Amino acid sequence: MDKSNFDVVVIGAGPAGYVCAIRCAQLGLNVACVDAWSDKNNKPSPGGTCLNVGCIPSKALLDSSHHYSFLANHAADHGITTQQCEIDVAKMLQRKNKVVKTLTTGVKGLLKNNKVTFVHGNAVIKMGKEVHVSTHEGDQVLVAESIVIATGSKPFELDFLPIDQKQIVDSTGALDLKQVPKHLGVIGAGVIGLEMASVWGRLGAKVTIWEAAEQFLPTVDKDIAKQASKILSSQGFDIQLNSKVQAATKSKDSVSVTVVNAQGESQTEVDCLLVAIGRVANTENLGLSELGVTQDSRGFVEVDAQWKTNIEGVYAIGDVIGGAMLAHKGSEEGVALAEQLVNQYGHVNYGAIPWVIYTWPEIAWVGETEQKLQSDKVEYKTGSFPFMALGRARAMGETEGVIKFIADAKSDRLLGVHIVGPNASELIAEAVVAIEAELTVEDLARTIHGHPTLSEGLHEAALDLDGRAIHF
Amino acid sequence: MTVDIKIPEFSESISEGTISTWLKKVGDYVDEGETLVEIETDKVLLEIPSPVSGVIEKIIKNENEIVNSNEVVGQLSESSQKASQENKSAATDIVEEAVAVNEPAGYKKTSPAVRKVIAERNIDIADITPSGKNNRITKQDVSTSGSKQAKPNVVNTPISTSSSGNDVERVPISSLRKKISDRLVSAQQEYAMLTTFNEVNMSEILSIRSKNKDKFLEQHGVKLGFMSFFVLAAIEALKEYPVLNASVEDSDIVYHRYVDIGIAVSAERGLVVPVVRHADAKSLSSIEVEINQLAAKARDNKLSIDELIGGTFTITNGGVFGSMLSTPIINPPQSAILGMHSIEKRPIVVGDEIKIAPMMYLALSYDHRIIDGREAVLFLSRIKKIIEDPIQLLLHL
Repeated sequence: MDKSNFDVVVIGAGPAGYVCAIRCAQLGLNVACVDAWSDKNNKPSPGGTCLNVGCIPSKALLDSSHHYSFLANHAADHGITTQQCEIDVAKMLQRKNKVVKTLTTGVKGLLKNNKVTFVHGNAVIKMGKEVHVSTHEGDQVLVAESIVIATGSKPFELDFLPIDQKQIVDSTGALDLKQVPKHLGVIGAGVIGLEMASVWGRLGAKVTIWEAAEQFLPTVDKDIAKQASKILSSQGFDIQLNSKVQAATKSKDSVSVTVVNAQGESQTEVDCLLVAIGRVANTENLGLSELGVTQDSRGFVEVDAQWKTNIEGVYAIGDVIGGAMLAHKGSEEGVALAEQLVNQYGHVNYGAIPWVIYTWPEIAWVGETEQKLQSDKVEYKTGSFPFMALGRARAMGETEGVIKFIADAKSDRLLGVHIVGPNASELIAEAVVAIEAELTVEDLARTIHGHPTLSEGLHEAALDLDGRAIHF
Repeated sequence: MTVDIKIPEFSESISEGTISTWLKKVGDYVDEGETLVEIETDKVLLEIPSPVSGVIEKIIKNENEIVNSNEVVGQLSESSQKASQENKSAATDIVEEAVAVNEPAGYKKTSPAVRKVIAERNIDIADITPSGKNNRITKQDVSTSGSKQAKPNVVNTPISTSSSGNDVERVPISSLRKKISDRLVSAQQEYAMLTTFNEVNMSEILSIRSKNKDKFLEQHGVKLGFMSFFVLAAIEALKEYPVLNASVEDSDIVYHRYVDIGIAVSAERGLVVPVVRHADAKSLSSIEVEINQLAAKARDNKLSIDELIGGTFTITNGGVFGSMLSTPIINPPQSAILGMHSIEKRPIVVGDEIKIAPMMYLALSYDHRIIDGREAVLFLSRIKKIIEDPIQLLLHL
């Protein structure tokens, strides 16, 4: 068998894996990156869940459906009239696939330019720091000083709800529905559920969301979650909290969903049911149990603060170790681990990770929530500013939402920023920098923000924390 | 597990050494291969790498004490903990401080880039004077602050316009650098050193190289460079003018019947001159391979004492850094050194025509006490002739 030596072999070319491989190469290490993802023609398609069936394709559909929604509902306010607004689902999916293809090809190019050896196939880790890969051209053995597991995660499936990707779908199937369902049922009001509900809801589907938890978006700041719930409900989302799906029966054209809540048991007919109740580690057939790598009950690989598993020379990063399942968290772990492998100091500040939910308006936040500070008994101050008081938001016709600032009561250090509003995903970046740099809210209040911009909302919220907002 | 830190076997010509510097102290964590201690012998400075990764438990022989072959000078307690982990503990404190909500009075603010430098250089945040707004430590504050390796002294010079004293940085001279400087100064003072120059047309060598470089790489695993050609040319010339291969010992001239050629290599910590032994009995390809191996070892600080001592003649190539012309200093106790330089296309006169040719200046510094100008000049022109017509190497013309 073909045997080659490397300093590092990274298994998985998702946002954690390929970024780690590139950073290792930049630092002078000899790196191989193994990835099993194939496109329809059995060609490699690196980029992991994020590029293939996650962040990127969902944003392509969210943008398409957002344009549709604007033309159908808001264009007339701007004096733009259209004869009839129609959606060609096949074309929309085609565009999405093209976006994915362009970006996965881009990753291939990046790996190549950085002289990372890319191997397409399924990897198994063996004793003696060997990674065996079965490729189309036969088996290969990669021997490495360090092995990085970055195999990501996959949707969690319920036993009584087998995914057929037609009537009962997971996030992958929801990105590829051939027509707009009349009634889309969604199990789970998390990020994926809300985003997919947004896509198909904007295109005309009736949306019902069942969430087992008592609270809507419990990890989001309570004021923001409340606002978001109000806005989404007004958009026609039927969000039922405290509701557990117990069974689903498929017939030719529909799925009958049995839901139990405080009112008792009820039946709802939907023509498509999305299961979005979380994700589990993707470690099947990787040889982890044979190697003795410790995993938790949900299969997540256990690592220490340096991303080391219990096996010498084997590391894990990204979704496969659990925690925040975010591409940018995985990428940052990839960079930090690479730097650590060459004895630099690599670090990820888990307290300063931006979170985004791509509903419209968008929800984004960084740092601590008010409820968390209350339970931690930290003294804090808050300030907020509504988008409706902002010139630019008015001009855009996007006046829904609010920005909330939380600071330490004594030191004025910025502890958290929470936004529901237009372009919240982009606005949050300023707050992330501010928290990383340990800025006080006054620092932001004394920083000039351009006018008229949405970012003025951040400025005003900072001023409001000191009771001196100008425009509200 | 406790592991001994042992002095390696000295070569025959060295009887003992002195501990010049302990680079680590008790309690320090070291990675395998990291230099622990420097031993000075009368010939070279020897670096003792750590046999394992671990923490230094005990130092048995202190600085300036005399040590012999195989003597144990200290002990390590082996542990697989990585240096980054050690850094981590220091750094975690900083990060925790960063998350701590109630900042104590005088709290110093940091940013991600600053936290990285502080952790990597293992600096105590208390030693840093913040220059930023609101008690903020800037990246520059860290780079000029009390690191353990480099301690800059703030000097109040009247011309300094900066109040923070960032205009100077004081770094102690390393023992290797000191050794280099002592030898260079002694050569300058004791020798009657003189330099002669010539120039050489590199067309032939360049064409040999471009014709054969792929095959050579395939066959020998290293790139075909110029250095081996100059080594062979020097050997031919040294055979004709053996006094350039000799050295002065007291009142005698010692002629060597072999040629050990030192090749000057620039390593991170300073210049080292590993030796290609019995180069006169070796082929061009094996010399090229050996030079590559020695250079790689030099860069990794892995040269053994045997690879550094001896040497009857030295070649140095200032051309790798782009030097057009320089006067190399003799490596004592040798009597001559050949300096190569960068290749530049220049107009030259061939017959009655002006042509463009790839030219290199050659410099030969020699000890005039035992070498006459005539021998030095003829020696250098012999090298020139061989390089311009390398077939002479084959025919021993």
